[in-house]
Amino acid sequence: MTEVVAPTTRAETLLQLDGISLSFGGVKAITDISFAVARGEICALIGPNGAGKSSLLNVINGVYRPQVGSVTFDGEVRRHMRPHHAAQRGIARTFQNIALFKGMTVLDNVLTGRNLKRRSTWVEQALRIGRAEREDDEQRSRAEDVIEFLHIQPWRETVVGKLPYGLQKRVELARALAAEPTLLLLDEPMAGMNAAEKRDMSRFIVDINREYGTTVVLIEHDIGVVMGISDHVVVLDYGRKIADGPPEEVRRNAEVIAAYLGTRH
Amino acid sequence: MDFFFEVLIGGLLSGVMYSLVAIGFVLIYKASGVFNFAQGALVLFAALTFVSLVERGVAFWLAFGITMAAMLLLALGVERLVLRPLANRSHITLFMATLGLAYIIEGAAQALWGAQVHGLELGIEDVPLEVGGLFVSQFDLFAAGTAATLVLVLSLLFNKTRIGLSLRAVADDTLAAQAVGIRLPRVWTAVWAVAGLVALITGLLWGARLGVQFSLSLVVLKALPVLIIGGFSSVGGAIAGGLIVGASEKLAEIYVGPLVDGGIENWFPYILATLFLLVRPAGLFGERAIERV
Amino acid sequence: MLYTEAGQFSTTYRADRRVFRLRQDRIALGTLLAFAVAVVPLIGNDYWFSAILIPFLVLSLAGLGLNLLTGYAGQLSLGSAAFMAAGAFAAYNFNLRIEGLPLLVSFGLGGLVAALLSIVFGLPSLRIKGFYLIVSTLAAQFLIPWVLVKFGWFSNFNASGVITAPPLEIAGYDLSSPGGRYLLTLAVVIALAWLASNIVRSELGRNWMAVRDMDTAAAVIGISLPKAKLLAFGISGFYLGIAGSLWAFTYLGTVEPHGFDLARSFQVLFIIIIGGMGSILGNFLGAAFIVLFPLLLSNLAALLPVGLIDAGQLENIQKMVFGALIIAFLIREPDGLARLWQQFRARARRWPLRY
Repeated sequence: MTEVVAPTTRAETLLQLDGISLSFGGVKAITDISFAVARGEICALIGPNGAGKSSLLNVINGVYRPQVGSVTFDGEVRRHMRPHHAAQRGIARTFQNIALFKGMTVLDNVLTGRNLKRRSTWVEQALRIGRAEREDDEQRSRAEDVIEFLHIQPWRETVVGKLPYGLQKRVELARALAAEPTLLLLDEPMAGMNAAEKRDMSRFIVDINREYGTTVVLIEHDIGVVMGISDHVVVLDYGRKIADGPPEEVRRNAEVIAAYLGTRH
Repeated sequence: MDFFFEVLIGGLLSGVMYSLVAIGFVLIYKASGVFNFAQGALVLFAALTFVSLVERGVAFWLAFGITMAAMLLLALGVERLVLRPLANRSHITLFMATLGLAYIIEGAAQALWGAQVHGLELGIEDVPLEVGGLFVSQFDLFAAGTAATLVLVLSLLFNKTRIGLSLRAVADDTLAAQAVGIRLPRVWTAVWAVAGLVALITGLLWGARLGVQFSLSLVVLKALPVLIIGGFSSVGGAIAGGLIVGASEKLAEIYVGPLVDGGIENWFPYILATLFLLVRPAGLFGERAIERV
Repeated sequence: MLYTEAGQFSTTYRADRRVFRLRQDRIALGTLLAFAVAVVPLIGNDYWFSAILIPFLVLSLAGLGLNLLTGYAGQLSLGSAAFMAAGAFAAYNFNLRIEGLPLLVSFGLGGLVAALLSIVFGLPSLRIKGFYLIVSTLAAQFLIPWVLVKFGWFSNFNASGVITAPPLEIAGYDLSSPGGRYLLTLAVVIALAWLASNIVRSELGRNWMAVRDMDTAAAVIGISLPKAKLLAFGISGFYLGIAGSLWAFTYLGTVEPHGFDLARSFQVLFIIIIGGMGSILGNFLGAAFIVLFPLLLSNLAALLPVGLIDAGQLENIQKMVFGALIIAFLIREPDGLARLWQQFRARARRWPLRY
């Protein structure tokens, strides 16, 4: 395994995975993976289907618990994350097979993304007393900012299940963004999109990164897109890491070429 | 100690009766993912039809055949009018549809045959037999034998026939099964018809013991905890679950019942099943699916 | 054309959050409430109050309780009647054993007891999903009435476990006439319906729907599943408990635990299926349907020659029609009568244009 060492000029590390191994009833999904994501970068996870990319995202935000290894996020070391804790610490994500709340409107979906920002209790909200009303206005105004940022205003009151695929992907991104995350995990945000839609989505991702300073870890199959927008690429194959570094270095890596062309392992 | 074993064996054998209802459930659940609350109504309908025919002078086996034909028609109707329009809907929706179905079948059974209690004589006396120094009900032994035969026949049907193969394919992945040319309506009809047969046999055994009456449809409530303990998708689990529920219920009735003045059999299995769920959420033999996101 | 939204804009978020954004809707609702409070007591007769309006209101409230749990939070329950029983018997005992406790306070305390029990039987929902849950709710359905029958203390040692309503008196006003009982029921139902409509549009309501639609994603965005689920059980239990008290005290006057059997739980479930899951209005439509439909059917049967359909047969037919309706609704209109009403409203807004 030829380890491509990440350049030392990088800023402070936000996320660090150490020796993560994950298996499902004896089937190994991830074997001893370590890598670091610097604050403020866009990091792409690439690799063939079944390489363990989605499983790795699930480890980062606690949906799966690895058997071995540790996750360090924002200075806090943990054996494994829990989804609720990850959300509280500022990790938001989107899913490969859109996981929106299909019976709710776009606005309500985006508002759920802000659930951790509420201070008033449910009793105050039910009786509409105290800070509840003022806070409702505040949350709505922040949600509207995100909706505007992603250009989904016309569908604000539409039930999400009725929207076309591409828009649903955008709403899911809006929900994640509404949480004002420090780290945004995107699982194939451009899957199934045409060239124009991909361009829009890439634009949004880069804008999010630049405007809000959000660190992004994304999984993507389109190598063109990956090379175009990411600062850092991690390549997985059969649950192992085979390369890690800036896009131009990874592009020249022999093992990566082999994995992608499928010559040998 | 002998008394303890007699209670235990009596409980195990009465558990077989619960297992029978549960098997009908499992069949339908495996093939169509439907949690069929109407299984109890099927039992009532089958037993009532059978006993009414016999009372009108129809010979035993002919009545059996006619009832079975009625169950087949019912299966066809259910597939055409309920399952097909509700294909691909959520499990909870399908469950609620079977609640509606139970109402229809119960109403129809009583509208057709009346609401009075019918006696049913299968020619097996409910007398105690002495086996190895313990007294065991002859009727219970007969029921256990029937259940064993039924399970054997069903497992042959599943593992050795083409329809069994299609059935297992559908249970595993409905879309993939359709893609290779398995006709879903046929499989569903077949499985509901088989569940109808199981309901008929269950109805005869329960009917002979309790009399054929409306309360037969409530055996479904006895089968639910059995399913939870055994898992929804395993015939073996249904048997094991039935035995566990039967035995523990009888033991609890004898040893715990007097402390609270009896009458615990209605809720005891549910508490048992609930506790069981907390330890093993997918039942004894059920598999817990890995959630993919 | 009367029903047009032209010129009505929400200019603040607060205005945009209202349930009824159209002035016409607000006027219609106000008129309906005024009619129910001020006019109905004057023109209604005892039959209407006792046989139609009070059961309609109580069943609407029970439907509302179950709908919060099942329609909004996605947790199926077959134990509604047990929590109604718990509420009724608890309210009865509070009233009996605490001297001078105001009637509404005993209702509230009864609701709280039902809420606690509902939370206890909802605990398995933290471990299990979907219809596995019907087992723990059925456990409640069989256990709670059994306890109420078994231990005489709950019914103040009445031989058959029957409890009788305390004097229905609020602030010195006697409300035991049919009209008074109607007003008491109406007031409680309006207040709780208002509260429910606030809850489902608040953060908690959104969290419930999120859990219902996709629980993994809900956990990932930081919603606490245990909190959302247990609050759903608790609040639903509170509503059902109060509905149980009303059922016992303002509708029937006397009640025994068997009045809250599995059939009653199914009745409440049918209300929300027919009325519409995840809708506040749906509970009222569903309850109206459940109360009026049997009356309609028996009136129809009465038109036929005497003896053609006897009472037993009528019951069977009613059962079959109900079953068929449930299936028909699930197939054709899974969102129930509430959805039909919405469609009607949408058309009225466009009228006389077609689209």
